[in-house]
Amino acid sequence: MKHLIRIRIFLQPYFWQILATLLMLLVLTGLSLAVPRIIRSVIDVGLVQGQTLFLVRSAFLLLGLGLLSALLTLGNRYWSEWIAARVGYDLRNRMYDHIQYLPFAYHDHAQSGQLISRCIEDVRSIERFAGGAVTDLIRFVLLSIGIITIMIRDNAWLAVIALLPILPLILMTSNFGTKIGKLFFDVDNATGDVSNRLQENVVGVQVVRAFAREPYETERFEIANRQVFQTWVYVIDEWSKIMPTTNWLTTISVILLLWFGGQMVMDGTLTIGSIVAFNAYILMLAEPAQQLTALVNAGGEAAAGAQRVFEVLDTEPAIQSPANAIKLDALRGEVEFQDVALKYQDERKHSLRDVTLRVLPNQLVALIGPTGSGKTSLVNLIPRFYDVTSGRLLVDGVDVRDMDLVTLRRQIGIVLQTSLLFSDTVKGNIAYGRPEASMDEIVAAAKAAQAHEFIEGFTNGYDTIVGERGVTLSGGQRQRVAIARALLMNPRILILDDSTSSVDTQTEKLIQAALDKLMEGRTTFVIAHRLSTVRRADIILVMDQGRIMERGTHEELLARGGLYKEIHDLQLIDHARFSEEIEELRELEPSESDGDVHSLS
Amino acid sequence: MTTTKIIPPTFITQSEDIYDKGYDPNVARGLAQFLKPYLRHMLISLIFMVIVTAASVSGPYFVKLAIDEGIAKNDVVALRNIVLIYLGVSIVQVTTNIVRIRLMSRVGQHILYDVRMALFNHLQKLSLSFYNRYSVGRVITRVINDVGTLREFITWAVLAIVRNFLAIIGIVIAMLSLNLRLSLLTFSVLPIMIIATILFRRVARRNYRRVRAAVSWTNSVLAENVNGVRVVQAFSRQAHNYKNFKDYVNRYFLERSLDAARVAAIFTPIVDVLGAIATAVVVYLGGTAVLGESITAGVLIAFVLYIDRLFDPIRDLSRRFDTLQSTMAGGERILELLNTPVEVQDAPNAQEMSPMVGEVQFENVSFHYSDDPTLVLDGINLTVEAGQTVALVGETGAGKTTIVKLLTRFHDPTSGTLRIDGIDLRTVTQQSLRRQMGMVLQDPFLFSGSVRENILFGRLGASDADVIAAAKAVGAHEFIIRLKNGYDTSVEEGGATLSVGQRQLISFARALLANPRILILDEATSSVDTQTEQIIQKALATLLKGRTSFVIAHRLSTIINANKIVVIHDGKIVEQGTHAELLTNQGMYYDLYKTGFQE
Repeated sequence: MKHLIRIRIFLQPYFWQILATLLMLLVLTGLSLAVPRIIRSVIDVGLVQGQTLFLVRSAFLLLGLGLLSALLTLGNRYWSEWIAARVGYDLRNRMYDHIQYLPFAYHDHAQSGQLISRCIEDVRSIERFAGGAVTDLIRFVLLSIGIITIMIRDNAWLAVIALLPILPLILMTSNFGTKIGKLFFDVDNATGDVSNRLQENVVGVQVVRAFAREPYETERFEIANRQVFQTWVYVIDEWSKIMPTTNWLTTISVILLLWFGGQMVMDGTLTIGSIVAFNAYILMLAEPAQQLTALVNAGGEAAAGAQRVFEVLDTEPAIQSPANAIKLDALRGEVEFQDVALKYQDERKHSLRDVTLRVLPNQLVALIGPTGSGKTSLVNLIPRFYDVTSGRLLVDGVDVRDMDLVTLRRQIGIVLQTSLLFSDTVKGNIAYGRPEASMDEIVAAAKAAQAHEFIEGFTNGYDTIVGERGVTLSGGQRQRVAIARALLMNPRILILDDSTSSVDTQTEKLIQAALDKLMEGRTTFVIAHRLSTVRRADIILVMDQGRIMERGTHEELLARGGLYKEIHDLQLIDHARFSEEIEELRELEPSESDGDVHSLS
Repeated sequence: MTTTKIIPPTFITQSEDIYDKGYDPNVARGLAQFLKPYLRHMLISLIFMVIVTAASVSGPYFVKLAIDEGIAKNDVVALRNIVLIYLGVSIVQVTTNIVRIRLMSRVGQHILYDVRMALFNHLQKLSLSFYNRYSVGRVITRVINDVGTLREFITWAVLAIVRNFLAIIGIVIAMLSLNLRLSLLTFSVLPIMIIATILFRRVARRNYRRVRAAVSWTNSVLAENVNGVRVVQAFSRQAHNYKNFKDYVNRYFLERSLDAARVAAIFTPIVDVLGAIATAVVVYLGGTAVLGESITAGVLIAFVLYIDRLFDPIRDLSRRFDTLQSTMAGGERILELLNTPVEVQDAPNAQEMSPMVGEVQFENVSFHYSDDPTLVLDGINLTVEAGQTVALVGETGAGKTTIVKLLTRFHDPTSGTLRIDGIDLRTVTQQSLRRQMGMVLQDPFLFSGSVRENILFGRLGASDADVIAAAKAVGAHEFIIRLKNGYDTSVEEGGATLSVGQRQLISFARALLANPRILILDEATSSVDTQTEQIIQKALATLLKGRTSFVIAHRLSTIINANKIVVIHDGKIVEQGTHAELLTNQGMYYDLYKTGFQE
């Protein structure tokens, strides 16, 4: 509930619109209360006393009221929808922007699907509540007060009797609301299971087929499917009880009215017109009372939605530029780690420990080590994707925590192993970091990244839409676009993962050439997989379990005969074997060997 | 506020068009087949519904009777009788209604259960090329969302449409029988009402479609930003992206919502005005008629009550017809899936494959996909003796994968014959064939469940000891016991919590446990750390030993150790032989070896 109350911050800008809507609602309720009274006087005064003129007047009065309330309904409906749409618009903007600034550490734990549904579904439920549901709720309260007052003033005794069945009706519907919520939760879970079973089967279709496990999978699906069936039956059983019963209670109200009211008319203490008016009031009250559940549900949904929305909005972006941030517009590219340790939230072990390292401008640093050894953690600290747990990280002698984030990150280029592109044109993707870049610059970057040729091959060239809904690029093509994207930034510091898995040889060569080009004249950190990169690095870092185990140049480390040498030798086995075989071949057929073989050595 | 019109990308607007469809008898017939088993239940429901509607329509008539026959005539006994009958009728109504809703909803849910099951069973039979065309998301949308629109329709709409028609008929009859002249006058507003409803629906539907497009646009833009948030931050794109979202995507959402609100806000008042007109007419003309003593006060009151009830079913009907449209569209997509032909089917007289020795023979095998006449495989002739390891080598798209897909009968050859132990694969059942084969994929797929369950997938009846033995044999045991709950550690879907190397080892154990006569292995290219690499190499040797194996090879050591290397190019076998033989040939293998396999 307290989350629901917090929504008012988003309503505040629209105070006058809300006030106007509420006023219209108030008048509207008054008008609808008047109609049964007119009908009553039609019967009691017009018919019983036989005044034709009165009938004419009443007919016009009804028509006038009808027109007026139609106008007010129109205004009221439109403005409440308007407020809702506005609130939704504001909230989505807030959420969108806030999420952009939440640090990596947050996104590591957040599920993207959840975040998206918060922005869409949860905001919608808040919107729905702020628009229609609140209006309906207020209308119901106003109507109830009005109707009960009028009925009691007309005939207190009859009012109590006639309204008696409405009480259990309200109780039943609100009770139903809580019950059905739980049942729907089960339905959602069961549906989720069916969808998971299905998804696994589709994604793993080859495995299922290859192992001939269709009967087993069918059985598992059938169980999930039956569960959906069962949970729905529970829901509908509840419905089947509530809907006819609430209708019936209304009928009971009318029956009580006819019986007791009828006797009063016979006694002369009540008019027929009053009975008709009472009847109309009961029907008027019963309808919104039956919707009360829906309204309560909408409120519950909105409260839950608001809670989830505020959960996101209340998360302070932990990594922000400080006040008085230092702006270094032209970095030299010196990076220094001073006794840095990093421990991720929710993890027991440190991911980095005792990292001390000084990298001079334009040096090439190669990081090697097994998966999970801390290579990625180390490079992620440089653009301040995470903050160090202890120690300091200096760029050009300034602690990154004192620097302006945008100027820092603008001068750091990143190419990751899986290159994420956006649903945009190739041009837009390359210019992602610098939307203002000229076409010439974009083409130059693409050329340097060996991407120009294949881009030109597309029918729409640089205007080809890529990404999920556009042209599907191969892994190698994506990587080259990502390289062009980083190149266009002309970064002083470059971070890259030079793995070129799952591309053919030709492409691999192109990518490597592009990467080599990219590294020229910048401070570069490479998570290295290629021997050639490692070999020419100024500093090689051998990482294991978050620590730098060995460091030095290729020659130094080989001479030391430690971990590096071990890895090196293992990786070289295949390579060495190949060279040997080529040697053997050359010996086998010295006379016929062509230039090809020679060029290899 | 900008006045320029915002236009969402075409893929968004196009994707929304598929949600609408007029009535299509073919779709209706296709869906009707699912109703057939429940015709009797539906008939009973219908009878119940007639009773419920009649009882409901009689309400105002009882009020009229009570006033005219009881109250106006000062007859307490008559009033008591009328009230008691009304009570009795209402009890019949409520009980019948409860029974009807339960009955019908069960039928509805049964039908949906059947539809989902039919879809799943059909999906299990469809060939793999279907899965290349259909994304996971689309399949799930079919089974969850499209069946969901069917649910709306079957559970509520079908009955609501019938109920509304019954209610309209009932009310019209009741009014006509009360007073002909007054009825006709009241009905005179109906044409306006119907025209207004139809017009409104048309505009509302268009607006609704635009709102939906706006939602999906917002959704996709949001999703992209959330999924790519690391890139967004790395390139400091936040301000630019926010402006785009606020001024285009979200703004479009806002404007379309307001369009829809405007139209929706107009409709209700129109209905209210028509109601007011009808009531005013009845009050004036009816009132004078009462004074002229041609009708009673009770009739007038009943009329006012009936007017109230007459408009509801009309409004409801128009809403239901909307549901009908989306049901038609959803139904069409469901039927389309169900009618997708199954390409690989067991022959009617298919035999069980007897226990295999493992000799494989491709005889002049060619293959092309049904929707594309380009030959993917062209005249493949290949004989593999039992227990041999064959390495398939060639560039991406050369046809390596297709060869193993024919072997597992995921596809049938377009021409030529494929035999195992001299038996044509098309003469045996797929299940008996595949039960004797094992497959390890490049990106090993793990199911959600424990590590144990994933290994057990190879042979469901295997004992714990067997599972552990298999894991030990491939060198997976060591890391498994170090996991949080050992063999009972749950693997999240796709195996996201395990490293690539670990997933590979588990899939090796799974294949080993199945102990297949023929093993198909698509070797992974992704880099794993050196230690794991060594374990994988060893595991491979264990796995390949003593069975006929087809390996789509990427590792040099695997290729060199194979009994036979088959070099494929453009769907043809260009060379086959041992490593040494092929190197001496100095053909394509030699070239590939020189450039491709180093490092």
